[in-house]
Amino acid sequence: MNMLRVSVWRGGADGEYRNYEVPRQESQSVLDVVTYIQRNIDPTLSYRFACRVGMCGACAMTVNGVARWTCRTHVAKVAKDNAIQIAPLANLPVVKDLVTDMREFFDKWARARGRFAPGATRKDAFARVASDSPERVAANAGIECIGCGVCYASCDVVSWNPDYLGPAALNRAWTLVNDVRDTAQRERLAAVAGDAGCHACHTHLSCSERCPKNIVPTASIAGLKRAVALAAWRGEL
Amino acid sequence: MSMKNDYRARNHPAWWAFLVHRLSGLALSLFLPFHFWALGQALQGEARLDTLLRWTQQPLVKFAEAGLVLLLAAHLAGGLRLLALEFLPWRGWQKSLLAWAAGAALAAGLAFALVL
Amino acid sequence: MSGAGLGYAPGPAAAPGANARFETWLWIAQRASAAVLALCVLVHLVTIIYAVHHGLSGAAILARTRGNVGALAFYTLYVLAIAVHAPIGLRALCQEWLGWRNSSLNWVIGALALALFVFGLRAGAAVFVG
Repeated sequence: MNMLRVSVWRGGADGEYRNYEVPRQESQSVLDVVTYIQRNIDPTLSYRFACRVGMCGACAMTVNGVARWTCRTHVAKVAKDNAIQIAPLANLPVVKDLVTDMREFFDKWARARGRFAPGATRKDAFARVASDSPERVAANAGIECIGCGVCYASCDVVSWNPDYLGPAALNRAWTLVNDVRDTAQRERLAAVAGDAGCHACHTHLSCSERCPKNIVPTASIAGLKRAVALAAWRGEL
Repeated sequence: MSMKNDYRARNHPAWWAFLVHRLSGLALSLFLPFHFWALGQALQGEARLDTLLRWTQQPLVKFAEAGLVLLLAAHLAGGLRLLALEFLPWRGWQKSLLAWAAGAALAAGLAFALVL
Repeated sequence: MSGAGLGYAPGPAAAPGANARFETWLWIAQRASAAVLALCVLVHLVTIIYAVHHGLSGAAILARTRGNVGALAFYTLYVLAIAVHAPIGLRALCQEWLGWRNSSLNWVIGALALALFVFGLRAGAAVFVG
């Protein structure tokens, strides 16, 4: 039986890697490995998952140094010398083992005004938005985000600047900047400008490289930079 | 409190482009005061400038100068790439901008080296 | 749910407003000076290669540059663009890699910009005025 050597982070921020041996299977995912350890070797291992079919993003972890969805990561693709290393997502406080505290991630979403601000009531007619209008195309490119945190964990600017809102929050803000029905545009642009906002992005493209839904937050953030500059030029910021 | 982003996650072309751009900018910023001082020597007459220029004829200095030209070309090419990424609508070919930028920088550096 | 043991305390929300406007204008200045520098650097690279080819003695260079009003104007613009561009770039580096974030950074960067401008003009005067 071919055994996979697995190194897993145990503990909180102060912790250590512990080694386990897991039987290799065909088409085995990293989530399968973590589940095997928790069910057969060490029931005290804490981790998150939900759908296990690549839809919810709950199983995101750091595998061999890179943030990934573990249910969509084949062991065969990432194992080096029959070994893998599993750690919690970076840039987020570690609760226990492979579980991180995602509150700051979502707080920043709110701080970036990543929330739709409606202006119409039920008495108004439906808004008519052409699906091929430039704004709608731009918004659609970013709305599939499910808040898994992989981009946030991959971003070095988040590591270097604790206040930085991050790729996911800014991407969401961009989709709303392009929502013609939204009524909080001015506040939103003010929220995403600044060195905690879009101007801190240095186009590393790590977020876009790692997004499991192939969203390009870098492009969204570039859009925000342009929108904010235009607003400042017009004295509207 | 939280784990830092790992060096293994940085091993992709756009990240190297960022590092080259930032480090070349830093190196050029450090070189600039010396460059301004050297040119300012001409205020004391052409003989003074001449002395300085003869110093630069040494092979090691010439080699360093070629390096500086390469850094300048790299920073320029990388900067143009960034302007394209930030101002032009997003397209797939923008990823290959990096290859163009690197090629152009290398060409400029080589042109200088050939002239030496 | 108490936060005890998690070590997480929500940080104060970054205050937008003045910071947003300041950073936006810095970004605009950085990109505008970059566009100007793109042209200036291209000209400078061509000039360097020409100069190396045609003689690098003090006399040869100064014969070409002294009294050249067009060149003086060009290099003054070049120096101005550099005095804007380099300090803003260094500021980002200091914030992110040195963790230097308080207002003293802005003063130092401002002083650097002034110094670059003054010494750049001095160098320009040395080479082009005469």
